[in-house]
Amino acid sequence: MAILDILKVPDPRLKQVSEPVSRFDDELRRFAADLEETMRAGPGGVGIAAPQVGRFQRIVIVDVSSRPNTPNHGLMVLVNPEITAWEGLKVGREGCLSVPDYTGNVIRATRIELTARDLDGNPVEYECVDFEARAVQHEIDHLDGLLFLDRLVSKRNDLFRRKRYK
Amino acid sequence: MRHWYMLTLVGEDRPGIVAALSRAIYEGGGNLGEASMMRLGGNFTIMMMVDFSGSRSALASLVAPVAESMGLHCHIDRIEGHLHEHRLPDVRITVFGADRAGIVARVTTALSEAGLNILELESDVAGSEDEPVYIMHIEGHAREGYDSVRAAVEVINEEGIEASIEPVDTMIG
Ligand SMILES: [Zn+2]
Repeated sequence: MAILDILKVPDPRLKQVSEPVSRFDDELRRFAADLEETMRAGPGGVGIAAPQVGRFQRIVIVDVSSRPNTPNHGLMVLVNPEITAWEGLKVGREGCLSVPDYTGNVIRATRIELTARDLDGNPVEYECVDFEARAVQHEIDHLDGLLFLDRLVSKRNDLFRRKRYK
Repeated sequence: MRHWYMLTLVGEDRPGIVAALSRAIYEGGGNLGEASMMRLGGNFTIMMMVDFSGSRSALASLVAPVAESMGLHCHIDRIEGHLHEHRLPDVRITVFGADRAGIVARVTTALSEAGLNILELESDVAGSEDEPVYIMHIEGHAREGYDSVRAAVEVINEEGIEASIEPVDTMIG
């Protein structure tokens, strides 16, 4: 196991679109273990995507189980993930292991459904909500070369989405 | 020896203010740090950190031609400033409703007494002349915990000011 180097902005490779995984072998599983260790080594990191360590394949890891009162699926290793349904919108604050010393507000769906493969190539499905859904959307953006900086909104945008506003 | 200065400029809004000002500073050897610029009531307001090797008066003479041609009042302070001092907010408060006198003072006093450090506050008056609507967004750090600030927001609500509060959970990934 090893902690991998994380690409940081303004590295242009963070804008690269990653390729689907086609070989589910021991090398992939070893890489996923290193990727998970790298995520856990980052300050407060609850997700990571393979391109953040310079491997341009569609692999993300999310684990929000350490947070109190947060619905979660524990450790999720998602290979070739696809979001198949979105619902609800909410502004929330995000930071990124690739963007040190900066956080900002981003609108994400509050509930998503997704399909993916596990590390053995078996199909898996998840339904994620709230904080976990936010993390998954942030990581999948990395696979498409997008950072949360590409999606920043003002706090003010939140207001007119509130139910209480009549 | 380089120092941080805080520049404050205010004037009637007109096209090209930001470009002219930032170009003058750049060409004079200054570097911009954090900045906040926005239109308030038809005026354009600028606050920015500038890293500069000369004196305060040297920086003032650099900025003066732009300020004069653009009709801006300018104020410069030398500050003990640093970059990379961002503090994460852990609570967000939104207030809106019919505008009324003293609303900002009432809300911010209650929040301050409940241990809130305000990191950012934006307020605006929307609606119309006849029916103004007051809107305020605050992000801050709850020094004495979330529940203390939430209790203050409940008191504000009982006084007929519509305020809501939610925790800010920053997702790092
Ligand atoms: Zn990220």
